[in-house]
Amino acid sequence: MASVTYDHVTKCFGDVIAVNDMTLDIPDKEFLVLVGPSGCGKTTALRLLAGLEEVTSGIIKIGDRVVNDVAPKDRDIAMVFQSYALYPHMSVYDNMAFGLKLRKMPKREIDRRVKEAAEILGIQELLDRKPRQLSGGQRQRVALGRAIVREPQVFLMDEPLSNLDAKLRVQTRAEISKLHQRLQATFIYVTHDQTEAMTMGTRIAVMKDGVLQQVDTPQNLYDYPGNMFVAGFIGSPAMNFFETTLSGTVEEMYAEGPGFKVRVPADKTHALRDYLGKRVIFGIRPEDIHDAEYAPPGITAETITAKVDVTELMGSEVFVYLLTDAKTFIGRFDPRTSARVGKTIDAVFNMAKTHFFDPNTERAIR
Amino acid sequence: MNWRKFFYRAHGDSPFKRLIIHLILIGACVIAVYPILRIFTISIRPGDRLLSTDLRIIPKDATLNSYRLVLFGDPVTKRKSDFFLWLWNSLVITLTTATIGVILSASAAYAFSRFRFPGRGPGLIFLLTTQMIPAGMLLLPLYIMLSRLKLINNYLGLVIAYSVTSVPFSIWILKGYFDTIPLDLEEAALIDGTSRLGAFYRIILPLSTPSLAIAFLFNFMSGWSEYLVARVVLQKANMYTWPLGLWTFAGQFTLAAGRFAAASIMIALPAMALFLYSSKWLVSGLTLGGVKG
Repeated sequence: MASVTYDHVTKCFGDVIAVNDMTLDIPDKEFLVLVGPSGCGKTTALRLLAGLEEVTSGIIKIGDRVVNDVAPKDRDIAMVFQSYALYPHMSVYDNMAFGLKLRKMPKREIDRRVKEAAEILGIQELLDRKPRQLSGGQRQRVALGRAIVREPQVFLMDEPLSNLDAKLRVQTRAEISKLHQRLQATFIYVTHDQTEAMTMGTRIAVMKDGVLQQVDTPQNLYDYPGNMFVAGFIGSPAMNFFETTLSGTVEEMYAEGPGFKVRVPADKTHALRDYLGKRVIFGIRPEDIHDAEYAPPGITAETITAKVDVTELMGSEVFVYLLTDAKTFIGRFDPRTSARVGKTIDAVFNMAKTHFFDPNTERAIR
Repeated sequence: MNWRKFFYRAHGDSPFKRLIIHLILIGACVIAVYPILRIFTISIRPGDRLLSTDLRIIPKDATLNSYRLVLFGDPVTKRKSDFFLWLWNSLVITLTTATIGVILSASAAYAFSRFRFPGRGPGLIFLLTTQMIPAGMLLLPLYIMLSRLKLINNYLGLVIAYSVTSVPFSIWILKGYFDTIPLDLEEAALIDGTSRLGAFYRIILPLSTPSLAIAFLFNFMSGWSEYLVARVVLQKANMYTWPLGLWTFAGQFTLAAGRFAAASIMIALPAMALFLYSSKWLVSGLTLGGVKG
């Protein structure tokens, strides 16, 4: 097993910079999720590690070994592709045994490993079939099996669940997490789905436009996003942002936004003192906006009035789209709420959970 | 037969339209089959009657004598048969052409399909333009080149001459097919432990059998029935391919029409068998190149 290091890695395709000066240490046995919107460079970062792309500048290490000029086959990695990439002309057994045969492993050992992996994944009865005779979920398992039998130092997964239906995705998600615990190997997992990232990762690395934005545990990323992009990308529905102006004094600071004025809690005013009288971006997650009637007790509440634009009942909660001065934002309300379309209601901000960002750098102000 | 049902069966076309389609198809069939039937008839007529007023396919006095003469020689004139020699020469040349052609074009097509190198686009266009030059125009330069290389009266000379014309086309067919094979498969193989060449050999080639079969057949056929280039390159009678051999039946003033026809029919059989055997691949291979997914 091994750690992985990206040291100031840059990858250019012509004039396009796909990965820009990426530095990241992934300790042994970690499940790291690379997440970001399409085209953010996360897949390129993974392919650089796999050796399928050449690094333009910087160093990539697996363990203590610099692998920049090492062929993919000698990097001791296994990769699961989005398209599964099963060899269509080989049976499931041969697909899984392919890498081992190439390494001239004894037949008995190959057989043992393939059967063991098939048992872990519950595909023993599929070993004689061809990939085209399998369902999407089964193919996915075979692709995982092909990676497992190799017993590599690092597992690379490139959006392995995106071709599965919603139910199977949730199920396989849990299985991959279990697999990680069982194999105790380093996993690097690429996805654009922040739910996958949040549920699976030991740590999450958020990327945008080839630049690593923030690397942290899911909870920290959620609670302390480093910039507006991370704040908006992690969490569903996304965080609400308002352009506000800070007024008052350090002791009694207010954020004035479109159609509301709320008091900034005392523990945040110190960091914001340089912004008094200036514009800042005020961010609050939908679950920190409540119907005034059902607001949980003990929160630092600031009440604002807003008009209900749309409501979406999700069963255990209601997503309420609210309007204040033509600015739309979303609240995650208790289903008992009396909010109805067209009605004006009192909504409560939980001020302890608010975030402030510099409007120019978009960085969090803390 | 329920004619109404027959005419309405496919696509719901009107009976009139279907009638026209069938008339055209029947006409095309007659045009295609008539000469072959004619040759067959000549081959089983006694003597060398090329022209006859008899329109029957199998004449009253049908005989296989011409076939016997072609296969075993003429006992009267004691002239030995060269038929199997011609067949052997043709097979050696065309099979070598096809094999070398497939190997060359598969590796070239892989490079054109997978790598981006300077001159790739112009190279592909250039290969295509070679197909637009008629064989007759190539004859003289080809002859001069082969004679300077001392490859006249040499099987290799003919193999090279045939490959020159068939390899570019095969490259296009194979490139089109390789383009449809997802890159992921090779990348998976690279990570699994093959080299680039290994991925080509173990993954791409096994997946490309239909198109390889097409390329092989095309290369084979382009040499099998070729006369003009063979006539120029091969001048020794014992090296003749069968199209050249057939012409030995034609003297200055006579034509052994029966033997000529019988030999033609027998020569066509291996090619027909090959076509029938591979027809499934041929059809799937020809369409597969164009269909992604």
